[in-house]
Parts: sequence; C-alpha cells; structure tokens
Amino acid sequence: MRLSVIDAERCTGCQICMFACTRRLGFAGTGKTAIHIKSVGGMERGLSVVVCRACQDPPCAKVCPEDALVQRKGGGVILNPSKCTGCGLCREACIVSAIFWDDEAQKPIICVHCGYCAKYCPHGVLALEERREEVPDAAK
Amino acid sequence: MLPSDPLANVLYIDLSKKRSWLERREDLFGKYFGGAGVGIQLLTENCPAGMDPLAPEAPIVLTTGPLDGLFPLASKTVAMFKSPHTGNLGESHAGGRSAVAIRMSGLGAIVITGTNTNPGYLSIEGGKAYFLDATTLWGMTSSVTAGRIIRQNERSAGLRSIMRIGRAGENLVTYADVSTETYRHFGRLGMGHDLGTAENIQPLSALGGLPTRNLQSGRFDSAEAISGEHYAEHYLGRRLACSHCPVACIHIAALREPYQDEAYYYKTTMISYDYEPIYALGSMLGIRNPEQVLSLMDKVEVLGLDAMSSGVCLAWATEAMEKGLVTEQDTGGLQLEFRKVDGYLAGVEAITRRSNEFWRTLGRGVDAAAARYGGADFAMAFGGNEMPGYHTGPAGYLGFMLGARHSHLDNAGYSIDQKELTKGSIPAEQLAQKLMDEERWRQVLSSLSVCFFARGIYTPELTLRALAAAGYSLTAEQLAATADDIYRAKFAFKLANGFDFNKLTIPHRIFETPAVVNGFDEAYMRRAIAFAGDQLASPRAELRQSSTGGQS
Ligand code: SF4
Ligand code: SF4
Ligand code: SF4
Repeated sequence: MRLSVIDAERCTGCQICMFACTRRLGFAGTGKTAIHIKSVGGMERGLSVVVCRACQDPPCAKVCPEDALVQRKGGGVILNPSKCTGCGLCREACIVSAIFWDDEAQKPIICVHCGYCAKYCPHGVLALEERREEVPDAAK
Repeated sequence: MLPSDPLANVLYIDLSKKRSWLERREDLFGKYFGGAGVGIQLLTENCPAGMDPLAPEAPIVLTTGPLDGLFPLASKTVAMFKSPHTGNLGESHAGGRSAVAIRMSGLGAIVITGTNTNPGYLSIEGGKAYFLDATTLWGMTSSVTAGRIIRQNERSAGLRSIMRIGRAGENLVTYADVSTETYRHFGRLGMGHDLGTAENIQPLSALGGLPTRNLQSGRFDSAEAISGEHYAEHYLGRRLACSHCPVACIHIAALREPYQDEAYYYKTTMISYDYEPIYALGSMLGIRNPEQVLSLMDKVEVLGLDAMSSGVCLAWATEAMEKGLVTEQDTGGLQLEFRKVDGYLAGVEAITRRSNEFWRTLGRGVDAAAARYGGADFAMAFGGNEMPGYHTGPAGYLGFMLGARHSHLDNAGYSIDQKELTKGSIPAEQLAQKLMDEERWRQVLSSLSVCFFARGIYTPELTLRALAAAGYSLTAEQLAATADDIYRAKFAFKLANGFDFNKLTIPHRIFETPAVVNGFDEAYMRRAIAFAGDQLASPRAELRQSSTGGQS
C-alpha cells in the first residue's frame, strides 16, 4: 500500500493534509509534514501535491552513506533516525523533491505511507491504495 | 495561553527607519486571545486619538489567534488600523494563508508603522523582517502580476502569504484594498468583502432585498443571469480554500474571451467571485450580462480597489448624472448609464488615476462625493462605509450603522430581518439589544480569528473547549466579560476619534424602496441608535449570557 495522489485538480489548497500529517506525530501546525501543497504559479493556476511516490528502488536510500533509509515494503523508505547524521544527501537524490527538512531535529521528513492524511482530505485528492501497476487491469 | 507560546510575540516594523524588533505581550494575548481583541489594544496603544490615518506614524496592526494552526477554520488574519476612508476604526479580516503563515513564522501580531521612501516590499521570515526594493514593481498595471514576481523571489512556497496593494493603493484611493494570495482581501475601509455566498442573489432579489440600480429597486430582473447557480454552471473553474478550512468557499470563474485581432486566439482569466462583488458590480449597476460583471470584477481586482465601495460610488454617480447633479463636464466626458459596462470600466480606471476633481472626490467615497455634488438621499453609505448588498430591513440597516466596522458581518442584522422581523416587528430598543448581543459574541470569534462561516460550529461550549486546549481556562461568564471588554474597547477607540451616534446619517432611499421587511421609519431607527449609544457609553451592566452565534 502507498499514498497516492488520485487527482490534484480537485485540490483546494486547504493544507488539511499537512496539518494532519503533523498532528500524527502529536504536533500542531505544519512543521513536521511529509506532504506539501504548492501552487503552480499562483493558486488560480492550480495546485500540486508533493509527497513521496514510494519508489520501488529508492534513489534516496541508495545515496544515504549511513544506511539510515531502509527500503519499505510496498515502496519508499523508512528513516532510522538514530543512524541519520542529517547530511541531506537524500534530499538531492529525490528528483520530485519529496524529502522535506525538520529544522528542529535536523533530519529529513519522508512520508511513511500511513494514509492518515488521506482520511482528512475533504476533496478526495489522496488515497491509500495498492500500486496501480500491481492491480490487474488498473483503471488509469 | 500555553507557556512560551510564540503567539505572544509582537513584531514591530518601522518602515521609515527600516528597523524591526520583537516584544513579548503575554499581558495582551493572555487576556484578549489575539485577533480583534489584541488588535484593538495594539492599535489604541500605537495610534493616539486624532492621528491622521495617512501619517507615517499611523500603524497597521495584523493579528492572528491562539487557535490558528491548531483547529480548522481558525484561518483569519485581522487587520486593525485607522481607516483613511472613514477616518475612524478600520477592521478587516482576510484568510488565505496569511494567518497560518504569520503564526508559523513565530508571531501573533505585526505592527507596521512608517513609510517607505522607495517602494519596497517586506519579507517576514522566522520572526524577522527583511526590507526589499520593489521600485521595479511600482505602477505595474496588474497587482496580480506583481504578486507572481514576488512569489518567484521568495522561498517557502506554500507556507507563505503575499499581501499587496494595486495601483489604487499607490495612488491613495481611500478604498483601495490589500489582497492576499490573489483571491482573499482585506477589502473595505481602504484595507473585506467575502462571506455571503453567491447563491443568495436570486432568493434575495425574489424577496426584494437585492440592491439594484443604486437601490432604486430591491429586485433585479436579471438576477438569474448573475446568480451563483448560473456562475457555477457556466464559469466555475476552480475552488480554493484558506489554510485549514474544509469549506473551500473561494470560487474562481474562468472567463474565456476571444482576441478581436486574431481568430482562434483566446485569453482565459481566472476571477474570484462571491455575493458581495456580484451585487456591487452587478445588480447595483444594473449589469445583466454575467461576463460583463466578471470583467468589471477583474478590472477592480487588478486595480486594487474595494469592490463594494467602487460599485456603490459608481451607482451613485450614475443616478447623479441622471438627475443632472453631475454632468459630462464633471466626468471628463464619460457618460455613465445603468446596464452599460463600458462606462464603468472607464470609471474605475478614472477613480484609480484620480483624473480630475470629480473622480478624485469619488475616490474618497460616496459621502464625500454627495457632500460636494448633492444627492445625499441616495448616497448609499453608513458610517462612511458604502453599503453591503442587503436591503433587508431595519435590522440590516441598523446593523450597518451600529456595528463597529459598519459591516453586515458585525451583527448579522440582515439575518434578523429575514428570520425574525418577517414574522412581526419588535421595539427599536429590543432590536438594538439583539444586534449588540450578537456583535459582542462575535468579538470572541474574531479574537480567536475563527472564520464567521464557522460560527455555527464554534458555539460558546465548543469555543471554551478549544480555548482550553490552547491553554486558556475560563468560564462562560469570563468569556462573556472578555467579549464585552473587546466590544467596548473598539467603541472607546471610535468615540475618541470622533464617532458620534447622533451624527449618523441615514440616506432616505432606504425608506422609499420596498425591502424584505417594510414599515420602518427614521424615528424608529433613531430610537434604536440612541439606545445603543446609551448602552455603550455607560459601564457594563449585568451581562446576559449571549449564547447567540446563530445568526447567519
Ligand atoms: S523520497 Fe523520493 S526518492 Fe525516496 S522513495 Fe520517496 S519519491 Fe522515491
Ligand atoms: S501518508 Fe502518512 S506520512 Fe505520508 S503524508 Fe500522509 S500522513 Fe504523512
Ligand atoms: S487535504 Fe486534500 S484538498 Fe486539502 S490540500 Fe491536502 S490534498 Fe489538497
């Protein structure tokens, strides 16, 4: 299972997913969120949802010199914070810029595909689902 | 409040000296929460009675509240200032991302004073202010483009908020507005329209409550064509939300227009619409074509004008021309006629350019224009503020006059008309009391900077629980007393700056044109005003538990 962006065109930019992801860790605000909503050059032009795509052979994990990023079943990675030195190399490796930075902890913030944010999205933008490639006859 | 909550950080910015500093104000945030409650205190401290609103020392205070970032729909930034438009208290609420952005940058309030010698922009990050040069952007035709450029220069996309003025603000039109995220505004009083859904157009017109052609009528024969339903069906291109809000009330229309000089060549403009601008720039001007209303809204947005003031001023000017009080000589050759959008497109441009004495005067509001040219009986402003789109009856109008902001949102009088007075009239004093009770409760919401759309959810009980989570333990009685303190602090500011209940003018037009609720006269209105004046001048009597918050 992984978090999928079903249809970013339905996104209203409310950032409720960002608040949810932060709340998941017991914090208020959006400081710890692993999902970000960005406007495509002004909100009127639409929004893009930036979150980990759950790569099956994650480039971020490959560049980590400390083996702090462990490949996750279903794609993506899980951070082992005790190994992470905060070097930031993984951020460069993720070409969709889905690795965010925790300024307090000086460590990356990466989606763990728990699906908590999807429960709160009021507009059906997000869902926790099987990889489409794995679903036979995936309706695209 | 929570111990060491950054909410209590007030950032003071002096634009003239390019200096900024932080102060902890737990005294204010602990007692008045934030938003309007803290805003009025900071304004009173920093704007002594009688200060010229355009003086460099005149502050603009921006505040957020303790629930911002914690609970949904606590999404507003409140601006408090002395209004150049009314010369008195100005309060304006805007959403978008501003409130969360200010709170996340570790601040509860920002107090801005001074003027820039060079056009500049201000970037606030991590509780510090950076002064940047915007010379290149000054005079830019579109305030929307200017926003795009600033966006490219600044980091933290998605977590920031951009506020800006357009050409109207640069030229000091007194009802210029400040826009945030392109589509949310600190409009009104020279700094909100919003709230009020476009779905109201048709029902209000059917009841006779939709101000039409400068309130010569309360019914508009083309209400269907400019109704929210019609726009949604034919033009709605996208819906947007303020941070942490599931409602997504911001409706953006996509207007596709062909270029005249080349076939198969179109431009698509995204224009936000809601009830207030449709009324002010649609029915009030008699414009029947929905696309023409959209293009006028777009023009007003691009120029950075307040939609309601612009519409009401142009509606007055049109009638003044019909009656011969204003001639083409005054307008520089421009002929204004109801229904004709071209004149109005040129009119808002002329207001912004302040092209001659007439347009300069109109740029100061409809009262200023009527004082110079006559026609006060149909100059549709209350307390110096051009009217919102509700010709509902006595409660609506008293609401505009008695409200601290002269806004329909102060006390929802328009709703009392529709829900209660249609069933039978009540004594003027009782009506004034109802309006004051509602307004008093709303001080709590606007101090927590909760969107008024959520007033049905944030009941006193739930509000107390949310406050408890934010570290405020208080009883319902204490909450009511704080609400009263905030309410009175606003009127103390107003009275100190020359507001006088007895000097409120009432344009006669409101008694002539049939409304939703009829049979009220000036004497009734004056009795209600006198009652409110007495109540606010005398010390707090025993408070009735105002668990209203139910008016819409
Ligand atoms: S963080 Fe980026 S590189 Fe790593 S698994 Fe997710 S999408 Fe792939
Ligand atoms: S799936 Fe979980 S970790 Fe990923 S963005 Fe959503 S809430 Fe955050
Ligand atoms: S919660 Fe849904 S609609 Fe709101 S910003 Fe996130 S993805 Fe967009």
